[in-house]
Amino acid sequence: MSSYVSATAEDRAEMLATIGVSSIEDLFTDIPAGLRLESVVDGALGIGPGHSEQEVYEELRALAARNVSAEDELSFLGAGMYDHYVPALIDSIIERSEFLTPYTPYQPEISQGGLQAMFEYQTAISELTGLPVSNASVYEGPSAVGAAGYVAKVSNGRSRFVISRGVHPHSRETVRTLARGWGTEVVEAPLRAGATVLPELGDDVSAVIVQQPNFLGAVEDLTGLAAAARDAGALTICACDPLPLALLKSPGECGVDIAVGEGQTLGNRLDFGGPSFGFFAATDALLRRMPGRIAGETRDVDGKRGFVLTLQTREQHIRREKATSNICTSQALNALAGVIYLSWLGRRGIVELTELMLKRTAYARERLTSIDGVSLLHERPVVRELALRLDAPVARVIDRCLAAGVNPGYSLARDYPEHQDGLLVAITERRTRADIDRLADVLGAAVAAERSGVRVPA
Amino acid sequence: MSDASYPEDLLYHPEHDWARLQDGEATFGITWFAQDALGEVVFFEPPKVGVAVTKDEPYTEVESVKAVSDVVAPLSGEVIEVNTALADKPETINDEPYGEGWLVKVKLSDPEEASSLLDAAAYQASLA
Repeated sequence: MSSYVSATAEDRAEMLATIGVSSIEDLFTDIPAGLRLESVVDGALGIGPGHSEQEVYEELRALAARNVSAEDELSFLGAGMYDHYVPALIDSIIERSEFLTPYTPYQPEISQGGLQAMFEYQTAISELTGLPVSNASVYEGPSAVGAAGYVAKVSNGRSRFVISRGVHPHSRETVRTLARGWGTEVVEAPLRAGATVLPELGDDVSAVIVQQPNFLGAVEDLTGLAAAARDAGALTICACDPLPLALLKSPGECGVDIAVGEGQTLGNRLDFGGPSFGFFAATDALLRRMPGRIAGETRDVDGKRGFVLTLQTREQHIRREKATSNICTSQALNALAGVIYLSWLGRRGIVELTELMLKRTAYARERLTSIDGVSLLHERPVVRELALRLDAPVARVIDRCLAAGVNPGYSLARDYPEHQDGLLVAITERRTRADIDRLADVLGAAVAAERSGVRVPA
Repeated sequence: MSDASYPEDLLYHPEHDWARLQDGEATFGITWFAQDALGEVVFFEPPKVGVAVTKDEPYTEVESVKAVSDVVAPLSGEVIEVNTALADKPETINDEPYGEGWLVKVKLSDPEEASSLLDAAAYQASLA
């Protein structure tokens, strides 16, 4: 089989002759030898000669077979992305070509469906967060946190962010990376007994950034944190897990100025980490600082209800380098999955779903901490995820569980050196009581085996 | 909308701003030309009282249906008063750019700077 190159050797010779060079290599003479790969084939890249399509298929299939999907094991892995059930309804709607293929709906006269979907999405996010304005989505959770930091920076011009250690490590990293460019200093507020402890806030603090529930699964005293920030004249940014908001007091009611978060849990599968979407909602006062697009409701010349992109004067195609953000690719399709999911659940359904998680997580908390060598890392209320402390090497315990077909959760040692013994366990509605019992058996056996010094089965 | 006019008693900055001087203080606004180019003004976010403004540098923004534009300070000083009435009626900037549509009052830090501004005739000539 030949490779997919349309030009023949004769074609190439003719093209080279036309531009007056003798070989393809001659095209690269301007690149210093030290920067060139000597030869792509068997060279520095270590890539062999070309393969036929069938050979490539077999190789990729073998590679893909090494992946373990959340469908193939009993998974209690969470730490920011969660294995919720995604109804077939979502795919059947988002795969319609009207939704699947369009670009930004700048022309309302041909984009009413997409704009209305955005508007409905914004309404849902606004209701969930208890904040009056939502944009049409951003890339994902961590960049939403970063974008919120920028809004705070330009709105009050202060020089420092205080970010809780309970904020997802990826979000903290993103904020640090972006803030370095703006010249904003980032200081971390520690966790004590699972909850954020704010330092004294000076008048240089632009924003206090927290997460609800935090990375250790703990429900924070959001009202107290927001009040402390407000007293110091700082904004409060909260990264929220959207489903627990069905039960918790909304960020808006707690005094949060900007509520952002990862939208994956709303109708998007794990999909090996993405794509997903981030949501972004804020107070009226910050409306004109918000990043990205906002769909608005209006009336056409005949008085009929219609939708448009509004407040576009903030955006990059008009404001150029002074735009509020440089978000180009909308995550509209993922956000659409989000609003379909929320509509599918309904007002009562989302509460029932979250109550179910709350009950199962409470059961898991009780069941797992009755195991010898397993205790709670903190005592704070939890909704879908709990942090445990193992009296055995966590990585080895995880390996033992994996060998038994159970992924017990996330080792906290990776991001929290102070919690070498920490294991984060997520319980979605897909994990039944029987599944939790199975986890308890497997985890219990693994911890016991490690504590008695039995070798890991090969 | 008002008719084109450029009062004789004002000083003008080439970036389409005006200043009315009085006892070491000045009132700033945007010119008829500027408001006409912007179109209907829908939002004005005043700077905070007490902040310093620098001649030739942007100190605030006006938003019209077409664009958000920087407003450049014609002179340097400290903001001592802002036109809060514009919050509810930003279109006053279009209707009375030299009267009720004023933006801020500033205590000048260097009144000598005024000598570099244009008079009404020179400013109008620059528009031609």
